[in-house]
Amino acid sequence: MNQIVYKKTKGLTDTELSYCPGCTHGIIHKLIGEILEELNVIDRSIGVASVGCSVFSYYYFNCDMQQAAHGRSCAVATGIKRSRPDSIVFTYQGDGDLGSIGIAEAIHAANRGENITVILANNAIYGMTGGQMAPTTLIGQKTTTSQAGRSEALHGLPMKISEIFAQIPKAAYVERVSLHNPQHVLKAKKALKKAFTYQMEKKGFTMIEFISTCPVNWGMTPNEALKWAKESMIEYFPLGVYKDSGDEHE
Amino acid sequence: MGKVLMKGNEAIALAAVKGGCDAFFGYPITPQNEIPEFLSKYMNEHGKVFVQAESEVAAINMVYGAAGSGVRAMTSSSSPGIALKQEGISYIAAAELPCLIVNVMRGGPGLGGIQPSQADYKQITRGGGNGDYQVIAFAPENLQETVDVVKESFEIADFYRNPVMIAVDGLIGQMMEPVDLDRPIRKRNLEEKKWATTGQSTGENRRIVTSIHLDPYDLERHSMKLFAKYQKIKENEQRYELINMKDAQFIIVAYGSMSRICRSSIELLSEQGIKVGMIRPITIWPYPKKAFDEIPASVKGILCAELSTGQMIDDVLISNNGRWKVNFFGRTGGVLPEPEEIVEAIKKMMGEV
Repeated sequence: MNQIVYKKTKGLTDTELSYCPGCTHGIIHKLIGEILEELNVIDRSIGVASVGCSVFSYYYFNCDMQQAAHGRSCAVATGIKRSRPDSIVFTYQGDGDLGSIGIAEAIHAANRGENITVILANNAIYGMTGGQMAPTTLIGQKTTTSQAGRSEALHGLPMKISEIFAQIPKAAYVERVSLHNPQHVLKAKKALKKAFTYQMEKKGFTMIEFISTCPVNWGMTPNEALKWAKESMIEYFPLGVYKDSGDEHE
Repeated sequence: MGKVLMKGNEAIALAAVKGGCDAFFGYPITPQNEIPEFLSKYMNEHGKVFVQAESEVAAINMVYGAAGSGVRAMTSSSSPGIALKQEGISYIAAAELPCLIVNVMRGGPGLGGIQPSQADYKQITRGGGNGDYQVIAFAPENLQETVDVVKESFEIADFYRNPVMIAVDGLIGQMMEPVDLDRPIRKRNLEEKKWATTGQSTGENRRIVTSIHLDPYDLERHSMKLFAKYQKIKENEQRYELINMKDAQFIIVAYGSMSRICRSSIELLSEQGIKVGMIRPITIWPYPKKAFDEIPASVKGILCAELSTGQMIDDVLISNNGRWKVNFFGRTGGVLPEPEEIVEAIKKMMGEV
């Protein structure tokens, strides 16, 4: 007797993803779709696509979506959530969108305790525009705008976004996860589920930072990229729960 | 309710609520602060949304999110703050979201000053953001008219799925006048917002609010659709007042506080036997071009009067289309002219025609 052991989540549409082969955006999309389905909130969710490689993510998530100006996803999500408080609202942003141009919107959404879930894909580079230096680019990492490698003297140190957000009193849950092997993918899914569950329980602002890969702009094969994520990125961006105020509210 | 004596900004805030405003997002800037101050209390007490944003940029993007979710959303600001909102206004127009933006104009450029000014005419009517888009813009001259157009603005915004701006100069925001907040407004035949992301749809029915069209042919189609809408607005929504047009020798074109001053100038001129009429634009986009077809044959010239170094004059020249001599009078930086200064400008023109 045949048995279905795996099927695509209803949380995603059938549209073919626009991401480059080997990039981890697809895994994050799948996890979000699965969580929306498992929590039975697909038909009460509104997502916000940002500017960057995920600009077209509104094609992929099978719920209502808005596309925001560069960096403004958390402000747009604030407007949505305040107007539709019973909906589940999430943003999907890159490290350039959230950590650079949109840092003010993100920090203040957290500081107001906006009851939204922010999904941050940190791949240490501007992917969509062709591989420029991001606020999260590692020291020595070569990009099209740091061709000799990122220099601390010239560019400062890479921003540790989860650590920054953990300082904000109204941030309810902040965790950094990775996708470099199946075990970590499962861990990442648990983190994501917790964040969305906290939102459903109206606990406030939640953010999951995914260490993500960009094989094309890193100049690596997908496997090399996963290895670099594991060895170089996680060394500077340690994984773990940076903030969990869940208990305080119970 | 009858007439009550109210300060301009507070009357604007209350009128917005009476017009159906569900959500306000703003950031402090003089001379419009009484609007968010009033609404911070009112909206919270009435179970509506008020958020003091971290910046004008954030505020206009909150409006995008709220308007995109189908509620009646607004923001208010003043000239430099409106400059910061321009990116968001372009996105809102591109995504065809209805909203209200109140602009209590002050002097510029740069940080400028906080006195009344009309030096943002081009910013408003030419679009300070990128791309082919337009904002429907009203420039009322007194509080009653301001209150009426603020109340009507959500009807117009919803009808055309386009942002509406109420552009008053700081004088109107700060002064007190008696207003009737319960005058009926023209209701439009509005459809249900089937495009709004309410978070209740999946699959083929799901709703998407976006402004990106990477395929040039797709973007051209979208831009032409917007253009057709703007043409319809130009045809149907021009608003203006004609004053003293019969047998006029000269016509003044002025709006907002400037038109109030010009009313006094017209009286002074009349006492001296000089007949002067006025075209008073109430919408500055669409520009009331039709008014220029109502200028009588007795007219020898047109004086465009503004609180700027000359911005609306471009539209006056376009609308005039070479038919009459056009002169300009302006004070700027927040300086208001005496009525006599406009009298002198008309007399100077008499010697030239």
